[in-house]
Amino acid sequence: MALSGLDIYKLLPKTNCRECGFPTCLAFALSLAKKAVALEKCPYVSKEAKQALEAQSQPPIRLILIGDDKNKVEAGNETVMFRHEEKFHHSTAIGFIIEDSLGDTDIKQRVDKIGKLHFERVGQQLKTDLIAIKQAKDAARFIDTVKLISGLTNAGIVLMSEDKAAVSGALKILANRRPLVYAANSQNITDLAALAKENAGSLAVRAESLDIVLELTKKAKELGVEDIVIDVNTKNQEAKVIGEFTQIRRQALKKANRPLGYPTIAVMDKLNSYEEVIRAGDYIAKYAGIILLHTFEEWAVLALLTLRQNIYTDPQKPLQIEPKLYPIGNTTESSPTLVTTNFSLTYYTVLGEVEASKVPTYILSVNTEGMSVLTAWAAEKFTPDKIAESLKKSGVEEKITHRNLIIPGYVAVMSGDLEEKSGWKIVVGPKEAAGIPSFLKNLG
Amino acid sequence: MALELVKDKWVNAVSVLTIGATKEEGGSRGRIVKCGGEESLPFLFSEGKIPHRPVIAMEVLDVEPDDWPRTLTSAIGPAIKNPVEWAQKCESEFKADLICLRLAGAHPDAQNKPVDQLVKVVKDVLKATTIPLIIVGCGEDKRDNEVLPQCSQAAKGEKVLIGEVVQENYKTLTASVLADGHSIIAQSPIDINIAKQLNILITDMSMPLDRVAINPTVGALGYGLEYAYSIMERARLAALSGDKMLAMPFISFVGYEAWRAKEAKALVLEFPKWGSELERGITWEALTTTAFLQAGADIMVMRHPKSVELVRNHIEELMRG
Repeated sequence: MALSGLDIYKLLPKTNCRECGFPTCLAFALSLAKKAVALEKCPYVSKEAKQALEAQSQPPIRLILIGDDKNKVEAGNETVMFRHEEKFHHSTAIGFIIEDSLGDTDIKQRVDKIGKLHFERVGQQLKTDLIAIKQAKDAARFIDTVKLISGLTNAGIVLMSEDKAAVSGALKILANRRPLVYAANSQNITDLAALAKENAGSLAVRAESLDIVLELTKKAKELGVEDIVIDVNTKNQEAKVIGEFTQIRRQALKKANRPLGYPTIAVMDKLNSYEEVIRAGDYIAKYAGIILLHTFEEWAVLALLTLRQNIYTDPQKPLQIEPKLYPIGNTTESSPTLVTTNFSLTYYTVLGEVEASKVPTYILSVNTEGMSVLTAWAAEKFTPDKIAESLKKSGVEEKITHRNLIIPGYVAVMSGDLEEKSGWKIVVGPKEAAGIPSFLKNLG
Repeated sequence: MALELVKDKWVNAVSVLTIGATKEEGGSRGRIVKCGGEESLPFLFSEGKIPHRPVIAMEVLDVEPDDWPRTLTSAIGPAIKNPVEWAQKCESEFKADLICLRLAGAHPDAQNKPVDQLVKVVKDVLKATTIPLIIVGCGEDKRDNEVLPQCSQAAKGEKVLIGEVVQENYKTLTASVLADGHSIIAQSPIDINIAKQLNILITDMSMPLDRVAINPTVGALGYGLEYAYSIMERARLAALSGDKMLAMPFISFVGYEAWRAKEAKALVLEFPKWGSELERGITWEALTTTAFLQAGADIMVMRHPKSVELVRNHIEELMRG
């Protein structure tokens, strides 16, 4: 929560000594609130004031980095409770749990399969982020497993172990990879915090109540760990987890409660693949910075990454593509030409169907400022004038010899007007993109 | 010192919508369904009462669907050819809270079925089931205005939920639904202002507030889900803050949307990277539903028996508090 000028004024000496260059302490405070001047200009500022103001300059939820510089996974630094208030900033990091009790061959296969879990959707690459190695055997086996997995993947690593020897050995292998150590509790925090600090790792703390979480994060910070992640172990009772994740974010954003100003982590336990996906869905919507799953089925991961993409899309900026002419397949001078908007979802849906039809086709994407067909039409961003202008500018007239333009079925009503404005013959296409393949095949 | 919690304080609650009437209440249902009534944001039990759990209606069409993938139709089985058997199966085997009968066969581009045939389906479904009923038209205004008032009359006393009305076409159906004692679904195109305006128009016709459900129009996972998600969050925040014209339960046609998505339908042969089509389709519907539960949805209209089971279990888990 930002401090107002008056809040800051209360922290200043109120002597109006003018050494800062301002006529009064109040004027200086107002300028500080706007971040237009540095606090150091005041030679008499107290230690308390300094702390309060420094805290203000930090984000309310700390940004945590996991992974090496090339494969950075970021969590935290969120600023709102609801995405419509601004946006959610750092997509929930998704990771997969692998136990060290598995055989090496099995582990290799899993890591390989997890590495292939990336998908392209509406022009964006959807990727997973982390691999979590969970200790079930002795320290030696855990360290060997970490060695094996870290050699196979560049993904960020989470060390799931409370065994000092195991964590210590594993951290030595992971220099420069900034692993997350999961998780410290009241008993082992001193040891794990020391290890995390020494090896530049981050530390998850885990407790059943927020009061204890608070003590743990304070302790970790005292012990020199800056990058902390919070797990609320509420025995899997779903509404409680959501309630506590909500509370943690509110504490950070509304009360600037520093010891709770860290990203959260949700770890799946004893659930089947379907249940993991559904619970993870809750956590993507409600405030998890990191989610660790066991399932790595393609369908499960595709669905979760898609939900994450949806929830983390900037509500003020719909995904757009460059408005221009796109040749799809081996187009010729007689290829059909269809027009749509530059809203990514519309364009990529149309593109998918055009590709499926295997008919080489030109798609003209008109600049509708990222609006879909009907919205753009209603907002006069997808009008006969705009389409005619785009046709001219796109250069399509030099590429093809015919003058037939296919328009979306939903805007059939503009056919006459568009024929007049463009000089092209208008063909009304299907309303839904799904109708495109049969439509193109039957064009003749 | 214990942490001082930051709790939201709200001044208004979502209205409680009742669907169905028992014999004593003038209908023939074995039980009724109440939904809405939330005094807090979804599942934040410590901040206000959440008296009714979200409910699941299973969609039944009066005609055999021709564009549903096999993974969906085969889970329903041969009953899909007969709306009465299909509805019975939803009640007895799939444990739906409600039936949502979609009169798709009324559409002029489909079978353009005569009114009396459609009315008969409504009556037959009511006779064959004991759970409350939702009836939705084919979406073509003219046809719906012909068909739905007749269905409303035929179901008089049963307190069904009927829809949908839109800003440009609400008078005919609202008048019938009002006269026959039912409730109405008000559909708005992902637009909070239109949602509110339509509710004002409907209640101006003296429809009580607790006989309206808002359909904010949802998009499937990957197909604009986030737009409806935020509209619902905004509407619910406004409702809890005192706006009575947005304080109605939400109905979400998640099944209809999710099963149109390519990811729900495509075969693994076409997209090997997407994994098994069976689990993929089920998950697409279940995860779409999960997201809208978190945005405050009250009535989920779903299709696949397995997704229904998953969501039902999840709702149960969430309602443990």
